[in-house]
Amino acid sequence: MDAFILQILNGLDKGSAYALIALGLTLIFGTLGVVNFAHGALFMIGAFCAVTVQKLLGLSFDVIDPTQTDFLGNPLKVAIPYVEAWFGPAIGGAIQDWSVPLAILVVIPVMFLVGWAMERGLIKHFYNRPHADQILVTFGLAIVIGEIIKAFFGANPIQTPAPEVFIGTVDVGAWLGMDPGSVAYPTWRMVYFFFSAIIIAAVFAFLQFTTFGMVVRAGMADRETVGLLGIDIDKRFTLMFGLAAAVAGMAGVMYTPILSPHYNIGMDFLVLSFVVVVVGGMGSLPGAVLAGFLLGILQSFASMNEVKALIPGIDQIIIYLVAIIILLTRPRGLMGRKGVMED
Amino acid sequence: MLGLNSRDFKLFIIVCIMALAAPILLNPFPTASAMGESFNAGYPALMQRFVIFGILVIGFNILFGLTGYLSFGHAAFLGVGSYAAVWMFKLLSYNVVPAIILSVIVAGLFSVVIGYVSLRRSGIYFSILTLAFAQMSYQLAYSVFTPLTNGETGLQVYNDDPQILMGENSPTVPHFFGLEMNAQSVVDVAGWSFTFQNGYYLSAVFLILAFYLSIRIFRSPMGLMLRAIKSNQTRMSYTGINTKPYMLAAFVISGMYAGLAGGLLAAMDPLTGAERMFWTASGEIVVMAILGGVGTLIGPVLGAGIIKYLENIVSKINDGILHNWFAFMPDWLDNALVTIIHPFIGKGWHLTLGLLFMAVVIFLPGGLVQGGQKLGGLFRRKKTDDAADGAKTPAE
Amino acid sequence: MGILEVKGINKRFGGLQALGDVNLSVAENTVHAIIGPNGAGKSTLLNVLVGKLIPDSGSVMFDGQSVLGRAPHEINQMGISRVFQTPEIFSDLTVFENVMIPCFAKRDGAFQMNAIGAVTGHGDIKDMAEAILADVNMLDKRQMTASSMSRGDKRRLEMAMCLVQEPRLLLLDEPTAGMARADTNNTIDLLKEIKEKRDITMAIIEHDMHVVFSLAERITVLAQGMPLVEETPENIKGHPKVREAYLGEAQV
Repeated sequence: MDAFILQILNGLDKGSAYALIALGLTLIFGTLGVVNFAHGALFMIGAFCAVTVQKLLGLSFDVIDPTQTDFLGNPLKVAIPYVEAWFGPAIGGAIQDWSVPLAILVVIPVMFLVGWAMERGLIKHFYNRPHADQILVTFGLAIVIGEIIKAFFGANPIQTPAPEVFIGTVDVGAWLGMDPGSVAYPTWRMVYFFFSAIIIAAVFAFLQFTTFGMVVRAGMADRETVGLLGIDIDKRFTLMFGLAAAVAGMAGVMYTPILSPHYNIGMDFLVLSFVVVVVGGMGSLPGAVLAGFLLGILQSFASMNEVKALIPGIDQIIIYLVAIIILLTRPRGLMGRKGVMED
Repeated sequence: MLGLNSRDFKLFIIVCIMALAAPILLNPFPTASAMGESFNAGYPALMQRFVIFGILVIGFNILFGLTGYLSFGHAAFLGVGSYAAVWMFKLLSYNVVPAIILSVIVAGLFSVVIGYVSLRRSGIYFSILTLAFAQMSYQLAYSVFTPLTNGETGLQVYNDDPQILMGENSPTVPHFFGLEMNAQSVVDVAGWSFTFQNGYYLSAVFLILAFYLSIRIFRSPMGLMLRAIKSNQTRMSYTGINTKPYMLAAFVISGMYAGLAGGLLAAMDPLTGAERMFWTASGEIVVMAILGGVGTLIGPVLGAGIIKYLENIVSKINDGILHNWFAFMPDWLDNALVTIIHPFIGKGWHLTLGLLFMAVVIFLPGGLVQGGQKLGGLFRRKKTDDAADGAKTPAE
Repeated sequence: MGILEVKGINKRFGGLQALGDVNLSVAENTVHAIIGPNGAGKSTLLNVLVGKLIPDSGSVMFDGQSVLGRAPHEINQMGISRVFQTPEIFSDLTVFENVMIPCFAKRDGAFQMNAIGAVTGHGDIKDMAEAILADVNMLDKRQMTASSMSRGDKRRLEMAMCLVQEPRLLLLDEPTAGMARADTNNTIDLLKEIKEKRDITMAIIEHDMHVVFSLAERITVLAQGMPLVEETPENIKGHPKVREAYLGEAQV
């Protein structure tokens, strides 16, 4: 039982990441009708925003500290981060410790800007081109973004730890009235799950309760008619692209303590997220979220040793296998609508 | 001639000459000169890649170019072909004939299975299905199938392999009935030195055959059917034609081409690994096809050649070479230029590739061949007033 | 016994009864029109006839064989061709290639692996295609790309593609929808000419009464998924039930 719960929990954080990326993919596809292969790259840009913030906060200057000497007896040079010099060691240290959550503040405007630039600069010109062209050009863009990241940050994964208070585990077993210590779940993963849940809820609330959201939903259902109402749908869709980018970016920032970012992370997540979108049903937002969590949890079950002993290698391929089965039996995905991409 | 119309025949002859004379044509600069060191491409390892990837992309083009079905998992067939070939080396002997035959057969069978499933959907779903299958194969090659693929080490021939057909004096490198693949003769003429290698010529012969077959398919009723499927599936089925077997046939032919390329890669260098199946490899195939010109005959060969050539020179160039080139400029300009170009060269090859790819999709969706035709059309229009004959230029 | 016998067809979409107990008999070598106000179930009926929709109950027999459950291409091979509301042609191919494809389908069936010999080597196909293009006066346009033609020419081409297969039944789905008067009249003339030249049965679904009364020998009126009357054109005019169904719809 406790192993079962642990696997569900383990699936949640990965599932949240899939769900957030798939949500953005679906928003873009549903509103703009564009298949965006560069969406994983947006997730990655978010992750590297966290890296950048961490590096910026760590910038330091050297001070010769006469009270310390090295082994030759010379006074020792000590690097003092600017933030510590400005705010004092206690607050400065805390700011550095909290660099990942702080990066959220940076990532939102940055990603809106990136999303806006991408839509206006590139995607806009591909609305009326075949889907194959959209796939190809965004695929090219994804390569370019990945390589730029590589040029700046190198090819190796970069450690970006969570704030110290979140390091360690939560005793979920005790919460559920089981033996203490039976289900220990890393704290940051818990944070990630709740964070994602809030973002997902916020996106849905935004679409449900604001006028803007209403127009976007109407546009997803029938773009031409909404256009005829005299509403400037394009402008809203540009904003939508920014929003989707911001969601992916935030997902990326918060994921960095779980998986140290590297320049291929975008591609890894993109392939899986596409599978998630397809399983959920192209164009269905709840479907994307549902499929994201479902596949995350399935994947974590498949990596249990008992399951692996039964079907070797299943953990590697479960997601693809599910996608293939779903596409063949329910071509529209779990919650897909009729008529999406069927011509 | 050979069942081709005169236009296609001319094209075919050009490809033959290019392939056979490549060791000479691709060495325009004296071997020891600076230009020669940077830009000559007429050495066997590189030329092999030109023709083998040419074969691969010709096959890909039969699927994507004719039917418009974009497979994002084509590298899987290449990888499977390579594994099959290396297994033949391990079990029988280093003779490339059984290896290549088996790699084509295995890739063909593999593509029957994947094609049968993937072709039940079209459009972007087809792309994602093929991508999923390829990723699955890649993951499996690294995990469960380790006994078959030797996992991360890669599959290669060991001394204790059975090699039941190996005789006392059989060569210990891949060979064609005794003709060793890596044997070569070097001819020195003045400052030039030309290398003629058996392995390259074997691949080149296969390229010529592959190209010939693709012309025949393009011009055949089946080619017409495939183009019609791309154009209008609805009309196709209301015309009494069952599109599924046509699509499957195209998919399998295309998979077998990839298998052949995989087998040849193994024949040139008898080891292989799962990274050949990774999805970036599939992406590269797409890039080559698009760059050259999808749906044209010569496009894939051009695309494969250009990408592999650029990859080769771009990854070879370093800051030192750049400084040499820009030596005539003032220092500050030299340094500035080198700083700007630096990210795109050497290890930055993929960045250049990505940008090139985007540029082609954005500005030249028809690829270089169409670009050339447009350019040619422009010149012709200037020369003669009679340009409006309205006739459609058939794909070349 | 007609060439096409539809018996007791029912089709529901959720709560909507799209077709309720439809019976229809199309006699060989006649032009049979199916008319009815919007939402009467004409398109649903047509989709059943071509195998795109499977009815909940009932039977559709063509020349003594059931067409239900067969794929569109199989139904075509039985001898039923279809003309669409907006011409469905191969827009990227030339006119000549467009007509060659049905020629191949006629000669070789639904699938024939002909991957080596050149298209131009099939002389019989070439002759067939040229003959039909001559028939519809499009021989001079044979090298044009289909997408660059006028709408009337596209319609003509689509018709040629259907006729070259020598179908026994030609289904026409609002062949003049959205056409100007002149184009409509041209289409009527084309259809009349086709009818005169060959033994062919036509079933036309049409909104435009002018077209219907110029061509049809027999008319079935559908209303709310049910067949109302089946009569000759003379008797349809002024039929009280039809008037009722069309009240406010169109001048009958």
